Amino acid sequence: MAKSNKPLVWGPFAAGGTITAFVTPVLIVLTLLAALGYVPEMLGYENLRGVLAHWFAKLSVSVIIFLSLWSVAHRLRITCYDLGVRADALVAAALYLAAVLGSVAAVVYLARI
Amino acid sequence: MSRKPYVREMPRFAWVFRHPRYLRYMTRELSCLFIGAYTLLLVAGIGRLAEGPAAYEAFLEALKSPLSIAFHVLALGFAIYHSITWFNLTPKALPVQIGEEFAPDWVITGAHHVIWVLLSLGILSLAGAF
Repeated sequence: MAKSNKPLVWGPFAAGGTITAFVTPVLIVLTLLAALGYVPEMLGYENLRGVLAHWFAKLSVSVIIFLSLWSVAHRLRITCYDLGVRADALVAAALYLAAVLGSVAAVVYLARI
Repeated sequence: MSRKPYVREMPRFAWVFRHPRYLRYMTRELSCLFIGAYTLLLVAGIGRLAEGPAAYEAFLEALKSPLSIAFHVLALGFAIYHSITWFNLTPKALPVQIGEEFAPDWVITGAHHVIWVLLSLGILSLAGAF
């Protein structure tokens, strides 16, 4: 059987698509409330640091951010192809790298909390 | 592959508008731009939180700009569209067999929508939004 890296790429895409479907809208509502001046209790400086001080919260947030960014990168890669950008290897490398870098940044920030 | 593969001429963007189904497909796919930008905004927020109270307060203040509010509203619309289309596809990805029969599509889709709404309300309440 031919070797393929498709499952490795597609697995996190499916997981990330499911995570973003479940949590992204409600997260947007929370920061939208903050943007409108009604900062939800949990988004206060002390409270949010308190929540993110726990290792399990750091782990969950890191996983959510990585899977979200990965699924976005994968979808954007396919969309680029659909819109006639045929340099797929280059597009894929750039987008997946960006997803990994964004996740690394999140992990580094979380480690400082 | 043959030495001279036939590549059909395709307009780059125009095909999207040929059929409403293509337009709905592209709307769904473009939701990733908003979800991606929003996730990066969260990463930036965590960074400011790690820096200290002054940086975090400045971040919360920056959220209040009209541009940020417009972005949030647009991103919310696209994110909800992604959720609905994603859950509507779950019966295709996760067919549930009971004996000889498969569970009807609406049961699987409906269960996802119900869990989504309950989870969202739970998070809102936990975060002290109401």
